[in-house]
Amino acid sequence: MLQIEDLKVELADKEILKHIDLEIHPGETHILFGPNGSGKTSLLMTIMGYPQYKITGGKIVFKGEDITHLPINERAQLGIGMSYQRPPTINGLKTRQMVHLCAKTDIDEEDLAARVNFTEFLDRDINAGFSGGEIKRSELLQLMAQNPDLMLFDEPESGVDMENMALVGKTIATLLQRNGFQEANSTKMKSKLERKKMGLIITHTGYIMDYLTGDKGQVLYDGMLSCISNPREILNCVAESGYKECVRCITESN
Amino acid sequence: MYNREQLRERAEKAINKKGAIGPDINLDDFDDAAVPHSYLADEDLCQLPEPEQQRLVMAGMDLTQKNRGGTYLQKDTEVIHCHTRQDGIEVIPIKKALEKYDWIEEYYWKLASVETDKYTAAAELGLHDGYVIRALPGAKSIYPVQACLYLDKDGLQQNVHNIIIAEEDSELHIITGCSTSPHMKTGLHVGVSEFYVKKNAKLSFTMIHNWAEKMLVRPRSVAEVEEGGLFLNNYICMRPVQSLQMYPTTYLKGDDSTARFYSIIVGSPGSEYDIGGRIFLKNQGSRAEIISRAISNGGNIIARGHLIGEVPDIKAHLECRGLLLNGGIIHAIPELEGHVDGVEMSHEAAVGKIAQEEITYLMSRGLSEDEATSTIVRGFLSVDIPGLPPQLKAEIDKAIEESDKDVM
Ligand SMILES: Nc1ncnc2c1ncn2[C@@H]1O[C@H](COP(=O)(O)OP(=O)(O)OP(=O)(O)O)[C@@H](O)[C@H]1O
Ligand SMILES: [Mg+2]
Repeated sequence: MLQIEDLKVELADKEILKHIDLEIHPGETHILFGPNGSGKTSLLMTIMGYPQYKITGGKIVFKGEDITHLPINERAQLGIGMSYQRPPTINGLKTRQMVHLCAKTDIDEEDLAARVNFTEFLDRDINAGFSGGEIKRSELLQLMAQNPDLMLFDEPESGVDMENMALVGKTIATLLQRNGFQEANSTKMKSKLERKKMGLIITHTGYIMDYLTGDKGQVLYDGMLSCISNPREILNCVAESGYKECVRCITESN
Repeated sequence: MYNREQLRERAEKAINKKGAIGPDINLDDFDDAAVPHSYLADEDLCQLPEPEQQRLVMAGMDLTQKNRGGTYLQKDTEVIHCHTRQDGIEVIPIKKALEKYDWIEEYYWKLASVETDKYTAAAELGLHDGYVIRALPGAKSIYPVQACLYLDKDGLQQNVHNIIIAEEDSELHIITGCSTSPHMKTGLHVGVSEFYVKKNAKLSFTMIHNWAEKMLVRPRSVAEVEEGGLFLNNYICMRPVQSLQMYPTTYLKGDDSTARFYSIIVGSPGSEYDIGGRIFLKNQGSRAEIISRAISNGGNIIARGHLIGEVPDIKAHLECRGLLLNGGIIHAIPELEGHVDGVEMSHEAAVGKIAQEEITYLMSRGLSEDEATSTIVRGFLSVDIPGLPPQLKAEIDKAIEESDKDVM
């Protein structure tokens, strides 16, 4: 379980997250909405442990351990992983090697790559000249190798074409153990009980919800998670009346 | 026998001439008297003392010779092993060639000039030996030929002259290492090399340097490439040295001739490197590429590159990247000279430290900070070298891998 209590975060001496409370239980996936610049990426980076996001108050607990001040790699080892929007290029490091670095055990990178249609990129330097859509698939490939328990996705569908959208959507659903109903001998209920993976997905368009319905929707607004609701409802509300109105209407109706 | 009287006269005049660049060396500080060593049979190579074997292996030598097309091994001033294992590929000590073969006259000091500086002069006046490696027309190297210049006697000045000839349509691969014995502290290595790549021939020359901390090194190399020829020159130096200065020159004198230089330098504290490559593109369709990677751990590195386009329809690119890991200086000096319309020349130089963003990215995949750093450094040093046989690529990877610990 991930528990965030009264988290305050500064970036470059500016307060970007004022008060965050968030609980993600094993098996749950939350969808995170919020206007541009509201701090969604910052929240994910803070959970991952990037030191430039300075925690000035509150705490983060993961699997019962206080990780508020744990270095990034130790969080990764505890089972937190992230799919980035703009990962850096590392010259001379082949995607194939990167996939191996992500996996703690021996893996068949060819097999994993084939699943996200990425075989021909294995011998290219990681992220070097990758298009927006290719970055998404590369990030997913790395997460597949890493297989963390909590996965943070930063706009996994942005820049992805329609054909690849289905691939990306289904891959994320698989990673989060949310395509259980495809398995013949498993009821929806049972797969839910067995599911352990946690997810936090940033989206603007909500396309990802065609492939997995989140358990909860969150709206980050004015440095706070301003409402928790059914993610579809939030999406519809924002589409109709915009974030400002939406936050108010939901807050009031609660 | 070749009469070198005239060459000696010219050399005498340059005996005090300082090098064009690089710190000056007082040759009187070193002794160039002959150091006798006995010749080793094939089986003796593997019987060398373990520490010595290790130094040779680090310089790319395969002492079993299983995967080598020939071997030349010089210890101090003496040739201690020299023979070829493949028809069509000749490996001859240069002194023997000067005594026995007339054809050597067409190559000896025909590209490099004996009066360049005191080092070239010393190489002529006090020549110890060196190798002549020649692929006969149409011959193709199956395994690379290995050559090693090994220094054992402290305070020695080793004077070497090498000639490499790839005759028409031949393919020749050479791996050459320079190394010092474990107890060696100081010495001077002077090495003249002349490369002849003839019509449609392909020559790859991979050099690994493993010097001692107080060694002074002054190689002087010149190459020429004829029509359709390819000269691939790889250089790796990842160990300390007091001062190493070289600026090899290549003339692309035939149509569609190509030269590609790759160098990897890791500079340790107290070491000074002034290393570059200069390529003249003198004929249509010539292609040149100079790619260098320099890492400083506190050493002083000057990375030069100079491309000169003299005719239209040539293409040349220079890429110089430097990484400052732990102090030191990296000074990149890329130069492009286009003399006519229609040349296509470019360069790219960057010097900096490892981007924090790259480290954190890898850490978020579970690597520790040190593991992330060494992964990035290894990536930085791994350059794709098209046309290099996999075996030589493996030697380069090995050299990088072995000195990985020192780099960090
Ligand atoms: N290095 C920085 N220095 C100062 N401000 C920064 C820096 N990086 C980000 N910010 C600011 O922090 C705020 C939060 O940014 P963040 O990237 O978390 O937003 P976001 O919700 O992910 O936005 P988007 O939907 O556009 O991706 C923004 O106002 C942004 O401009
Ligand atoms: Mg963002």
